[in-house]
Amino acid sequence: MLEPSQGQTSIMHTPLTLGAGLGLKADHYQAAHDCAAPGLWFEVHPENYMIDGGPRLAWLETIRSRHPLSLHGVSLSLAADSAPDLEHLKRLRALADRVQPALISEHLAWSTWRGQYHPDLLPFPRSEDALRRIIDNVDRTQTFLGQRIAIENPSHYIKLPGHQVEEIDFLRELSQRTGCGLLLDINNVFLSAHNVGYEANAYVDAFPGDAVLEIHLAGHSVDPGGAALLIDSHDAPIAEPVWALYERLIRRIGPRPTLIERDDNLPPFIELLLERDRAQSLLQAQAEASP
Amino acid sequence: MNLHAFQDAFVEALYDPEATALSMLAEQPGFTVYRNTVMKGAIDALRANFPTVERLVGSQWMVAAASIHGRQTPPSDARLLHHGGAFPAFLDEFEHARTLPYLANVARLDLLWTQCHTAVDEPGLDLNQIACLAPEQLASLQLTPRAAARWMWFADQPAFSIWRHNREGLDMPDDLDWQGEGALLVRRDGVVGWQPLSNGGCGFLDACAAGQPLAQAAEHASSLQPSLDILDLLTRLVSADVFVATDSH
Repeated sequence: MLEPSQGQTSIMHTPLTLGAGLGLKADHYQAAHDCAAPGLWFEVHPENYMIDGGPRLAWLETIRSRHPLSLHGVSLSLAADSAPDLEHLKRLRALADRVQPALISEHLAWSTWRGQYHPDLLPFPRSEDALRRIIDNVDRTQTFLGQRIAIENPSHYIKLPGHQVEEIDFLRELSQRTGCGLLLDINNVFLSAHNVGYEANAYVDAFPGDAVLEIHLAGHSVDPGGAALLIDSHDAPIAEPVWALYERLIRRIGPRPTLIERDDNLPPFIELLLERDRAQSLLQAQAEASP
Repeated sequence: MNLHAFQDAFVEALYDPEATALSMLAEQPGFTVYRNTVMKGAIDALRANFPTVERLVGSQWMVAAASIHGRQTPPSDARLLHHGGAFPAFLDEFEHARTLPYLANVARLDLLWTQCHTAVDEPGLDLNQIACLAPEQLASLQLTPRAAARWMWFADQPAFSIWRHNREGLDMPDDLDWQGEGALLVRRDGVVGWQPLSNGGCGFLDACAAGQPLAQAAEHASSLQPSLDILDLLTRLVSADVFVATDSH
């Protein structure tokens, strides 16, 4: 327990306790563990660590002993028209008990349906019915875990008729009704704006800043299919327009824990760290500009 | 269309290009992104979980087989490192694998490797814990195999030799003895190791796992392999860290 003698604003509670973090990859376990960069933290998909034991889990605990950790789920399927799988929730809670994550997050999407897992983050029509269902699913999840989670805005590839609620209003309502936080993925905003046609700046400006617990940055690629779609491929450095949107956001809402996702074409750890240092510097400058 | 019906129709459209229910979505180029991502997720998981199968058949063959399997059997578990439980049985029946009748058993050994790798951490039995027991105490002792120890007997094929050579990146020997073989995989200090195990040895561990005391397990093993030296087998298994430590008395 923290000693209160240092006053109300203990250093432990300043936003930059979690500065800029990196997605943790098995190839980088040792380098990740050894790195002492201030504000550094790591994020993993809990699905990859829902195992009984062994070296993978041991590595996670070793890294957790030196760095804060975030659990970023991809399969809770909160936008499915069914309650989250209880066994999956139990495994998530067990992992959270084990590693005491600083953040837990999931997506505004679905992937598990009728007992089958379709490994992607699938879209749905944002209807009032869907909102009620997802509010219930987020409520159940937070109650089961005994903690607040953050919900991420999805990337879009198709124009989906049947939306009754704008995405930002949907997320704001979800946050207000459940108390959940939001995770704003800037790369998702950029490529969705391109793919389905909206203004990325306007989206970022209208996003409910108070609810943002975490920001994601990542690289994308152009779909080789020929339709000029941008794909959320996490296989390249962050694009300059995404950096510009990021700066625009944190100028407005202030610094927030920021994670750089890289899953493919994995460069050496040091290269990721350099990209991460850019985000850390922006956060630091913002923290000094708006104490 | 309500959310429930939408999700049924979307899944149908993911796997069936002829599906009509959501044609206004499926016709968009972006729908292919979802189809490809879902399929790639299942294929990549199989490739990651069955590296020895892939070494034997090559990546092109593996991707083609994984894609057919993926359409028939989408993952049932979001933990993709557990995906592929049905893949060995699929390979048993797969027409294009007929010329490689051992492929399914190689896949079974890859599955065992993952099970060992992710099994719960348990302290192993020390030989000293049983060395001082009187013969009748030893006979009634129940030894439990660790979750990180797995074994399998292949009656008709040298499946273990084929798997081992490919798993270790070695060339296959020219003089492979075409006879039954068993395998023992054990994780120690975070590393999964392997060694051959006889029919009797596999039967012995089956009996131990079923909760039988050593005397009965030994009897079962000897019935499968009359020439078996039980004491030698037991020493070898304990040295390989196969058993959970017994409670100290």
